[in-house]
Amino acid sequence: MEQYINLFIRAIFIENLALSFFLGMCTFLAVSKKVKTAFGLGVAVIVVLGISVPVNNLVYHNILAPGALDWAGFPDADLSFLRFLTFIGVIAALVQILEMTLDKYVPALYNALGIFLPLITVNCAIFGGVSFMVERDYNFGESVVYGIGSGVGWCLAIVALAAVREKLKYADVPDGLRGLGATFMSVGLIGLGFMSFSGVSL
Amino acid sequence: MSLKDTLERIEPQFEKGGKYEKWYALYEAVATILYTPGTVTQSRTHVRDRIDLKRIMILVWMMTFPAMFWGMYNVGNQAAMALAEGYQLADVWQVGLFQLLGGELGADAGWGAKMWYGACWYLPIYAVTFIVGGFWEVLFASIRKHEVNEGFFVTSVLFSLILPATTPLWQVALGITFGVVIGKEIFGGTGRNFLNPALTGRAFLYFAYPASMSGDSIWTAVDGFSGATNLGAAALGNLDYGNTELWWDAFLGNIQGSVGEVSTLMILIGGLALIYFRIASWRIVSGVFVGMVLFSGLLNLIGSDSNPMFAMPWYWHLVLGGFAFAMMFMATDPVSASFTNKGKFAYGLLIGFMTVMIRVINPAFPEGIMLAILFANVFAPLFDYFVAQANIKRRLARNG
Repeated sequence: MEQYINLFIRAIFIENLALSFFLGMCTFLAVSKKVKTAFGLGVAVIVVLGISVPVNNLVYHNILAPGALDWAGFPDADLSFLRFLTFIGVIAALVQILEMTLDKYVPALYNALGIFLPLITVNCAIFGGVSFMVERDYNFGESVVYGIGSGVGWCLAIVALAAVREKLKYADVPDGLRGLGATFMSVGLIGLGFMSFSGVSL
Repeated sequence: MSLKDTLERIEPQFEKGGKYEKWYALYEAVATILYTPGTVTQSRTHVRDRIDLKRIMILVWMMTFPAMFWGMYNVGNQAAMALAEGYQLADVWQVGLFQLLGGELGADAGWGAKMWYGACWYLPIYAVTFIVGGFWEVLFASIRKHEVNEGFFVTSVLFSLILPATTPLWQVALGITFGVVIGKEIFGGTGRNFLNPALTGRAFLYFAYPASMSGDSIWTAVDGFSGATNLGAAALGNLDYGNTELWWDAFLGNIQGSVGEVSTLMILIGGLALIYFRIASWRIVSGVFVGMVLFSGLLNLIGSDSNPMFAMPWYWHLVLGGFAFAMMFMATDPVSASFTNKGKFAYGLLIGFMTVMIRVINPAFPEGIMLAILFANVFAPLFDYFVAQANIKRRLARNG
């Protein structure tokens, strides 16, 4: 149990996908103008990461990993060269299915997530989370915790950035830096704040 | 002819169309330091008060003086104590300057000589901070046509006080440049930044030049001297928490450390005065303090066999490192803190909690409050957001 808690905390703070690895930057910068929408996107990322990391974990360990096809009678097969392709396909399919399910059964949530759900199909934070899962050899339980934890970390980061940007609405940024430029700088400075956690080993 | 007349006489030259139009920002800064301007706000609704930004900033600046002068004395004092152990004064220009000006430091030097020695180390740092930072401030003010603000007085003095006395001056210049330009000016100057500029500069130096910002040999300005700070010793388990004598030394400031942060007593004098003047927010200060006490108490209860920092009681956390200084002067920076009252408590608590967390749990950094405040600065607007939303919700519920 303790290792799961440690992994969860590490995924949120120490290995924050947005602020230590700078993954998922396109949506991170584009959809962080308002706290409310940022929070919606953050929740969508939590949901998608929380599902796609464990599912890809199953796919990888049962089909793609070297020797994983033992159950089908191919003990020597090594399909791991297909993993990027497969993961992206799995993520895209999952998001589509999730979208249709939500549309049918939970229309309120579907409307709240709106455009964000299809948008994060191509979010590199999702793919990054999946790749880290493979690279670090997480088992199924760990991948569930890691998926949700890294999603929460990304959500926290984008909500914090959105609040900072709402405050910076009153800032008087030099012309050349208006908009994305100042946002890039802000993200860097926020990353400086998150350096507090670098070096913590749990 | 009085000074005021002189100022009024030369004013037209600095106004639009005048000969020195470009230097208006500089003129304005000097003139308003000496006299309260008679100009009236022209745009939108304002609340005017005699205690304007300028007076607030000057007051904060003055309240750092106890800590600053004690810091200078302590630099000399630490050096004299090292001399008593047989170390020699280093062959560097600061010592040269000291001797050129007729100073003499021995193991049994009086407080005057010690302070003089400390001044020879600290004042160049402050001068460089002030000149380089002031240069950027005036440059931005002149080009972007805003006023030079006394916020810079505070930033510069705070920045120089949290540096070790032996910091090379070019690093000082780099650090304050980063702090002022990236931390503040690109967002439009005082009041618009979201991180504390002094701490931004300090953090930049810390990560860019760790060798001259941390370790055992940088704290005392004597040749070849190497001694761990108390926080460093505590991390290795070499600090006896029952040692009352050492605690009093740390409280009064007879320990190694960055120039301004050593004496908890002097900092409390300045800081409490600021709270009394209602410039520093007591909500933030008490939040930081309570957060630190609660979390360190919790860690005391949990305990650890391998990490001696777990056992550090709150009254040691208070007197060691930069905690007191940052609590009083850095966390209370009104610009980068939360604006709402409830948000201020939350902001303070987060700082206290994070400081202890970094000190105790993170082995990479011996001291944590610098990063803790930067971290809390990031979340300060979010606290405000939630407080405002809760308020909106409550009023909607009440008034339908």
